Amino acid sequence: MLIRTNVNGEERQADVWPGTSLLSMLRDHLGLVGSKNACEQGECGSCSVWLDGELVCACLVLAAQAGGRDVRTVESLAQGDRLHPVQKAFVDAGAVQCGFCTPGLIVATADLLQHDPTPGEETIREALAGNLCRCTGYQKIIDAVRIAAECRRA
Amino acid sequence: MRIMDVLLPRTLDEALEMKAAAPAAMPIAGGTDVMVELNFDRRRPATILDVSRLPELRTWRKEDGAFFLGAGVTYARIVNDLTMFPALMQASRTVGSPQIRNRGTVGGNLGTASPAGDALPVLAAYDAEVVLARAGGVTRALPWHQFMVGPKKTVIAPDELILGARWKIARGPGSFSKVGTRNAMVIAVASLCLLFDEGGRTVRVALGSVGPTILRAPDAEQFLARVLHDAGAWDNPRVPVPPAAIEEFAGRVAQAGRPIDDVRGTAAYRRHACTVLAQRALTWALSDRKLKETR
Repeated sequence: MLIRTNVNGEERQADVWPGTSLLSMLRDHLGLVGSKNACEQGECGSCSVWLDGELVCACLVLAAQAGGRDVRTVESLAQGDRLHPVQKAFVDAGAVQCGFCTPGLIVATADLLQHDPTPGEETIREALAGNLCRCTGYQKIIDAVRIAAECRRA
Repeated sequence: MRIMDVLLPRTLDEALEMKAAAPAAMPIAGGTDVMVELNFDRRRPATILDVSRLPELRTWRKEDGAFFLGAGVTYARIVNDLTMFPALMQASRTVGSPQIRNRGTVGGNLGTASPAGDALPVLAAYDAEVVLARAGGVTRALPWHQFMVGPKKTVIAPDELILGARWKIARGPGSFSKVGTRNAMVIAVASLCLLFDEGGRTVRVALGSVGPTILRAPDAEQFLARVLHDAGAWDNPRVPVPPAAIEEFAGRVAQAGRPIDDVRGTAAYRRHACTVLAQRALTWALSDRKLKETR
């Protein structure tokens, strides 16, 4: 079936099998491979995107449900070569190891800071509870969120 | 790969007509259950019916002393907006993660009817009815225990959709608590909702994840109501409830469970967890009552 969706500000369309997830549409049909495919059951958050401004797991949205809506992916954050403050903070904090969870965590962090520009540690941990990282032990990710929050304030 | 069809109704009437014409169609709202089945090839429904755009399901309202919660209301909205129902808010806050709470709906918990559905013990403690609709404006309301009849089993007819849940608003403290391996993204090993109904002078306790469906603990409920009555605590919340009675209550709650051994925990552990949850929930409720009294 033909799905028309606004992705990162552009009208896009894809002809997908009706059971396709939004994640598969983004990655396999629209070539946006920033959102990662890991668990396909909403456990890991690696495919976090915004659907009409709400943070969701793209693997749990049927592509057809995204028809006519606004989808924003991690690809929307950097402006050309200029990294988004959250991306820069992850680099500066050394919050990236294998990098597979990073796009999802960046999107979840950007979402958090939109709602709460000065989150405390508990708020950060709760906001990122849906994103799994198998490498870092999370401490440097928490540091990155703090750095990003400070940059936003500066 | 079998061809699937996705139906995309914009109104409830349209959705009910579609369901009548294609009774095998599988409803999808937040997708947090259905998409897992699709992604893992566990189910291949010929038709999927997207109910996520129906405005009629995304509302709540007070109806003459009762409250109606639409099936399409997400857990994130409950956490943000339904402060008048603390137990439901607490249960909603334990659902999945922010991503899951932004999508998952109460109707999804009802439709899936897993004994671990976090909202379900709360609806059971509220004595909620499940409101179902079919084409032609026909609705019916079933008490929760007549609707959910086994693990992932409901009596919904193929041409029906879940409109929401409705319950009488009761006055009194209450809470939801849950045992699991993490605070987030966890399927309950055991969960409990305890509510005081100060007007009716009753206590209600519902258990999740410790039986084939949600279970109430009527023996424990009646025991506690009697203890409070005999102590005069219904009239005066400052009257202390003897620790032995709290323990006895918790033991009776655990007796109401019908747990099994599975990957998430043993039956013995679950029974013990019920005792602990019941003791804590009662202690919280009694202290809430005292606080309210002294305010």
